[in-house]
Amino acid sequence: MSLSLDEVRRIAVLARLELTPEEERLFQGQLSAVLDYVAQLEELDVSSVEPMTHALAEGERPALREDEVLPSLGPPVALANAPAREGTFFKVPRIIE
Amino acid sequence: MSGAAEVLNLSLAELSGALAARRVTSREATEAALARIAATDGRVGAFLAVTAEQALAHAAAADERAAGGARRGPLDGVPLAVKDLFLTRGIPTTAGSRILEGYLPPYDGTVVERLLAAGAVLLGKLNLDEFAMGSSNENSAYKLCRNPWDLARTPGGSSGGSAAALAARQAFGTFGTDTGGSIREPAAFCGVVGLKPTYGRVSRYGVIAFASSLDQPGPLGRTVEDVALLLQTIAGHDPKDMTSSARPVDDYRAGLQGGARGLRVGVPRAWLAEGVEAGVRQRVEEALAAYERLGATLVDVELPHTKYGIAAYYLLAPAEASSNLARYDGVRYGLRRGAGGALKELYRATRQAGFGAEPKRRIMLGTYALSAGYYDAYYLRAQKVRTLLRRDFERAFERCDVIAGPVTPTVAFRLGEKVTDPLAMYLADVFTVTCNLAALPGIALPCGLHPSERVPVGLQLIGRPFDEAMLLRAARALEREVGPLPPPTGLED
Repeated sequence: MSLSLDEVRRIAVLARLELTPEEERLFQGQLSAVLDYVAQLEELDVSSVEPMTHALAEGERPALREDEVLPSLGPPVALANAPAREGTFFKVPRIIE
Repeated sequence: MSGAAEVLNLSLAELSGALAARRVTSREATEAALARIAATDGRVGAFLAVTAEQALAHAAAADERAAGGARRGPLDGVPLAVKDLFLTRGIPTTAGSRILEGYLPPYDGTVVERLLAAGAVLLGKLNLDEFAMGSSNENSAYKLCRNPWDLARTPGGSSGGSAAALAARQAFGTFGTDTGGSIREPAAFCGVVGLKPTYGRVSRYGVIAFASSLDQPGPLGRTVEDVALLLQTIAGHDPKDMTSSARPVDDYRAGLQGGARGLRVGVPRAWLAEGVEAGVRQRVEEALAAYERLGATLVDVELPHTKYGIAAYYLLAPAEASSNLARYDGVRYGLRRGAGGALKELYRATRQAGFGAEPKRRIMLGTYALSAGYYDAYYLRAQKVRTLLRRDFERAFERCDVIAGPVTPTVAFRLGEKVTDPLAMYLADVFTVTCNLAALPGIALPCGLHPSERVPVGLQLIGRPFDEAMLLRAARALEREVGPLPPPTGLED
């Protein structure tokens, strides 16, 4: 199946990517080739098959703990890698336009 | 003990014995490894960061413990290194991506924490494909990594640095992660042993996420025994990873000498048919014959859905990746671009500048597979195929104890050979992705050199859930029979 350039642009918007015109054309071809390849899954009748929604082995359960406060990173440590901060906050550009 | 070269040629288990007997100090071993890295890594490119100062401090502490009769265990004082996907507190961690350049993690992940608690010496952070996406290490945003057997070839990926560093005698053990073959493929290409544990056996806490239902950290070593010792240290329950299993951990070293007598080795014949290069097939068939000589029984098994593995994997893994990589947005850590505009522009500009081509490709693919109108046809269908694959293995394991086959269809390919054709690169994972999809443990170990190309060929063994002990025992039996590979040829001066 072949993706149109418009579809590539639509996916880029959804994925919060800003592609160059060269990347749009490159990905159009490469993603179309991958989609052609994965189309072979249509050969299989999966109508009565349950999806595998997690990778735990049989008898394993995801471990949930009590919702209690435990020691964690304090604000100075949590903010240390932020490209911009103000006081104890991450700083971002204007959100409401 | 005389000479750095002699120390560097010891296996991890041998070095551990020498450290315990105080024939070698951790300082000697660490200095020898650091000197080897300095002398060879300009050509190999296995390390993204070398933490010499910290390593020497750890070594000094280990030597003090040894002198006081307080060694913590077999890894105390042993120089190791980890893929740059493991968070290390205060030490740059990049995931091989520009988007995390300069990032200093505020904490150690569980694997690193356990290694440090065991007294291990950390030499540095190893090269990888960006966000562990790749099969040749060529997607590293920082530098190329080369195969110590032949510097014109890829070491494999995504844990390319983890395998290359071992083959180049730069470290005594390393750690990687395996989402679709990223430990086993480089191990096979570089002639070392690499184990992908059962999903849930090793904690993923503090490992940068790629595809969370497939990712699993694991060890690489030069011998099966080394891998057993490394796995022993990192395996086991971690309350910080909700998918971590509470099952008791076996004593991996104790079971190593069990041999292959009575072992039922499952052989999916289709894995040795078309698509496998002749020299690889020859060595794998010789390994199977060796198992028979050792008293094992070969059993033909059918895994009819494994041929759909790549198609299912390249929908599921990118879908999970597109979600996991949404966190790189220029706000909390890493690169920031376009801060002059509105928030959406900041996201887009940051991600455009920070991600390389492969993460972008997979984010695009995953976003598409999850998008409205396509979810059922792609993502849901792939999850159902995953169930079929898992059932294939369950059925096969009713008749055998391990399943054996090739790790890869070819030996290490040449750098540049597949970079312009992503689909061709993806197909290199055809025998490894099934293990991840079915959440099973798998090990790659050398089974000789390719008859004409003189680079290593790997054998893959796949086991039942949580039966790493069986894999290690079967691998050890073959290793003893085949004997060690000669030293790699690509670094001879």
